[in-house]
Amino acid sequence: MKRPLVFLASLLLAGAAPAAEPDAARQRELVRLVRQDCGSCHGMQLTGGLGMPLTAAALKDRPFEGLVATVVYGRPGTAMPPWRSIVSEPEAEWIVRQLMNGFPEEPR
Amino acid sequence: MKRTLAVLSLLLAAGCAQTSLREEPRGTGDLGIVIERADGRVAVVDTTARAVLGRIDGLGDLSHASAVFSRDGRYAYVFGRDGGLTKVDILLRRIDRRVMQAGNSIGGSISQDGRIVVAQNYEPGGIKVFDAATLELLSEVPTQSKVVGLADLSGNRFAYALFDKGEIWVTDLSDPRRPRTQKFPAGRQPYDGLVTPDGRHYMAGLFGEDGIALLDTWKPEQGARKILENYGKGQEKLPVFKMPHLRGWAVAGNQAYLPAIGRHEVLVVDKASWKESGRIKVKGQPVFVMARPDGRQIWVNFAFPDNGWVQVIDTLKGEVVQTLQPGKAILHMEFTPRGEHVWLSARDDHTVSIYDTRSFERVATLPAQSPSGIFFTSRAARMGF
Repeated sequence: MKRPLVFLASLLLAGAAPAAEPDAARQRELVRLVRQDCGSCHGMQLTGGLGMPLTAAALKDRPFEGLVATVVYGRPGTAMPPWRSIVSEPEAEWIVRQLMNGFPEEPR
Repeated sequence: MKRTLAVLSLLLAAGCAQTSLREEPRGTGDLGIVIERADGRVAVVDTTARAVLGRIDGLGDLSHASAVFSRDGRYAYVFGRDGGLTKVDILLRRIDRRVMQAGNSIGGSISQDGRIVVAQNYEPGGIKVFDAATLELLSEVPTQSKVVGLADLSGNRFAYALFDKGEIWVTDLSDPRRPRTQKFPAGRQPYDGLVTPDGRHYMAGLFGEDGIALLDTWKPEQGARKILENYGKGQEKLPVFKMPHLRGWAVAGNQAYLPAIGRHEVLVVDKASWKESGRIKVKGQPVFVMARPDGRQIWVNFAFPDNGWVQVIDTLKGEVVQTLQPGKAILHMEFTPRGEHVWLSARDDHTVSIYDTRSFERVATLPAQSPSGIFFTSRAARMGF
């Protein structure tokens, strides 16, 4: 029973992801946003600052959904603001996926 | 024969001219640096010629870099995010010395006598003390907290705030190998600090609560007290997409001008009573609120997504008198020593714009790659810079 449930869940997750992929131009904007604007607290190399590091290594044990929620709704009581007026939920999911895989560099 | 002589003398003259150009002594009072944050590079700039004189590479991760100057105005000490501290010779336009002093750093300060440079670090949290000539490590003060708002005080003392501990610490480095530290409770999550131009009052802005912690460093035994408490009482805060900076103090006449947190306002504080004397509505979350050196104008830039705007407050009228759009992502502003011009960095336009502060006309635009901080050598002579 456990197996099919997990399988189902991963299908659902996988199903949700590709449909929501931002287009190439928006992806470029999001990469710049994360590097430059998230970077003002988390560092341009995402190695941390006032905010925690956002490198793949730092995030590897964090739950995906929790990280998405943090981007969208912020973390009350900390300096992390809600970004929902700037990025949509699918865009936040895309950003978190990239962060967990090692965030792309900005094209020069 | 005549012709040959003429050519020869021309050649000689050209040769001499080149030599004398290279060896012509010059001052640094009208020089400065611009951080090119994405490339680990600084541009050396001349505010008289309004030009980039040259560039210096190899300074590491300069996201959120800041700089202070030696008192002779020749060297810039640049503090990088990656913990690099680089002493840059702006006359010879080369790196004089460089040390990796921490894992994650945010800025630094130079002592009243110019002999020691202090770095403030996030990771590991604390301050480190260096010989300004050699960058030899002299001592350190661990804090078990991220350090923000480091500022120099008289007597080779330094004030700073601890983000995670909610305290202001004052460290006396009159003997730089034997730091002596006093600690004061301040409030929740201080995010930056500033010292008034006379070096007397240290203020730490609080992120975790409304208000500002104020320490009279001439009477430290009184401890820190809170001012501007509840300035936003009962109102929901707007999201803060970038922490304001207090470093460029804005004290003009009897008033101090400070960014509100989570509101699109500049707070005005009476310096005699330390009570709120007004609020000025502005276009976004203020980041830098900086006084022109004569105190007549306050220039304000904003956090994302309003970071394409700059507004100017007239301190006599107490209102915004000018709204400018100097470029995309205005990260920093720096006044020329007497304030006739202001230089503005537009990160996403890759330009530095120079504005006349009387006419608000743009007088020049210089190319710079992802420019952030602009620092002029006039900071060398100012307390808290």
